[in-house]
Amino acid sequence: MIWNAKCETMPRQELEQLQLERLKALVARVYEKIPFYRQALQERGITPDSIQSLADLSKLPFTSKQDFRDNYPLGLLAVPMEQICRVHASSGTTGKPVVAPYTANDLRMWTEVMARTLTSAGVTKNDVMQNAYGYGLFTGGLGFHYGGERVGATVIPTSTGNTKRQLMLIQDLGTSVITCTPSYSLILAEAAREIGLDLKLTKIRLGVFGAEPWSEQMRKDIEAALPIQAMDIYGLTEIVGPGVSVECPHKCGLHIFEDHFLPEIVNPQTGEPLPYGETGELVFTTLTKEAQPVIRFRTRDITSLNPEPCKCGRTMIRMKKVTGRTDDMLKIRGVNVFPSQIESILLQVEGVEPHYLIIVDRERHLDDLEIWVEVSEAVFSDEMRKMEALQGKVKEEVESTLGIGVRIKLVEPKSIARTEGKAKRVVDRREL
Amino acid sequence: MKIRQVSVFVENQPGRLVAMLDALKGKQVNIRALCIAEGSDFGIVRMILSDNAKGVEALKDAGFTATETTVLQKDIPDTPGGLLEAVARPLAEAGVNLEYFYAFVNPTPGKASIVLKVSDPERAEQLIKE
Repeated sequence: MIWNAKCETMPRQELEQLQLERLKALVARVYEKIPFYRQALQERGITPDSIQSLADLSKLPFTSKQDFRDNYPLGLLAVPMEQICRVHASSGTTGKPVVAPYTANDLRMWTEVMARTLTSAGVTKNDVMQNAYGYGLFTGGLGFHYGGERVGATVIPTSTGNTKRQLMLIQDLGTSVITCTPSYSLILAEAAREIGLDLKLTKIRLGVFGAEPWSEQMRKDIEAALPIQAMDIYGLTEIVGPGVSVECPHKCGLHIFEDHFLPEIVNPQTGEPLPYGETGELVFTTLTKEAQPVIRFRTRDITSLNPEPCKCGRTMIRMKKVTGRTDDMLKIRGVNVFPSQIESILLQVEGVEPHYLIIVDRERHLDDLEIWVEVSEAVFSDEMRKMEALQGKVKEEVESTLGIGVRIKLVEPKSIARTEGKAKRVVDRREL
Repeated sequence: MKIRQVSVFVENQPGRLVAMLDALKGKQVNIRALCIAEGSDFGIVRMILSDNAKGVEALKDAGFTATETTVLQKDIPDTPGGLLEAVARPLAEAGVNLEYFYAFVNPTPGKASIVLKVSDPERAEQLIKE
């Protein structure tokens, strides 16, 4: 099923014309309204008239996550505050959160791309959609919620957690679609087994999963553990939230809603655009967003683009499932974690030296975070009580900053391999 | 009297105690008394050595975290109730807390030796009856 056939199956030539018109208008708008962009464009000697073809996109400056931080909270607004209808924000584990403001039109557009997303994944008006993405500042909850309502499905806003109640509602309300992180779907499967609930006897048939990276193997495992089709979606707070791209039933890449989000692949080192098919860093320009339009945002996600028409009929370009990052960011249970954050937390605990190792594993599909900390003379005590207090303190500090559980293991000095130059700080044993 | 004890951080896995003892043997350092406090991932080995400086150096060379701490060493009567009356009761009555202690062989007949770490070493020294 296709939600908006006119847009999603538009001939590419026509689509590119639309993109060019929107890009021109966008550059004119940010030049006029956002000082940050005006300055960046002027530094490159670019005026709105410089954009004559889609290839001119590469003349425009990049926007990085740091730019969002530097302009926190609302320094990148293109409209007055009274036109902002809603504000979401990222988890902000690396410092200030990324603030995502929306105008009324932005919310309509977001709901439209979420309706397309859910329809592509297989949701219809006859479905009962249980939305177990977090409601609140996180874009996942409300993004899926309004998309589901737009499609005409019955939406159950359970939000995250309370697994037993989730299972009860799946049975009692005849839930046919579950929307959550892929790892949570496996928690549901396991909890169902524990209480002796056979999900095959319920109506559940489809899962729409995102917010964390997952592999084809994990899809097989999910589809074996639950009687569902598992579909992948992609999105990010800086661009709109969920609704940037989605798989169709052919599961051969994620269709990007290119009439709103213009994708590029660039060489992560040089920033040079790469041709279709080549693997590099995914970059997005928002073509229609009003409140906080973004030019060439560096997602740091690694993928490639395929413009070939799809068997589903959509002409929208496909991106491969994201398989990696250009930075050292780890995604653990849906939370962005940078090793540098863990380092700064450790250094705040008196006497702890920055000799540590982060071990991420996936136990029965649940991410498990363990941090090894070397015991130096400064923190060593002959009293077990003090050593356990140290362990507890590090654990508490890490957990309160990251918001996820962690195991702290104290190890002998030099247990962690020293290497020339950059030390190896992360062992990621998850098979993605 | 106050003596110096060497404490070592040792991971709780096969072979680590061997590595520690190898280091001491290599420098001909003798262990007079020893006790291990165990946690789930690691243990703290506390020892009275024949030569602390040599022992600590050997342990550090072998990559261990080792420190010296001051503890009390007392000779107490080797009789029923000896530990109770000489140490435990007087410390308890005075409100001095015992962090840990361990006992070892004393060559003097009728005497036992203990090593203690307490919250107030000065008071404990006065309170414990030799």
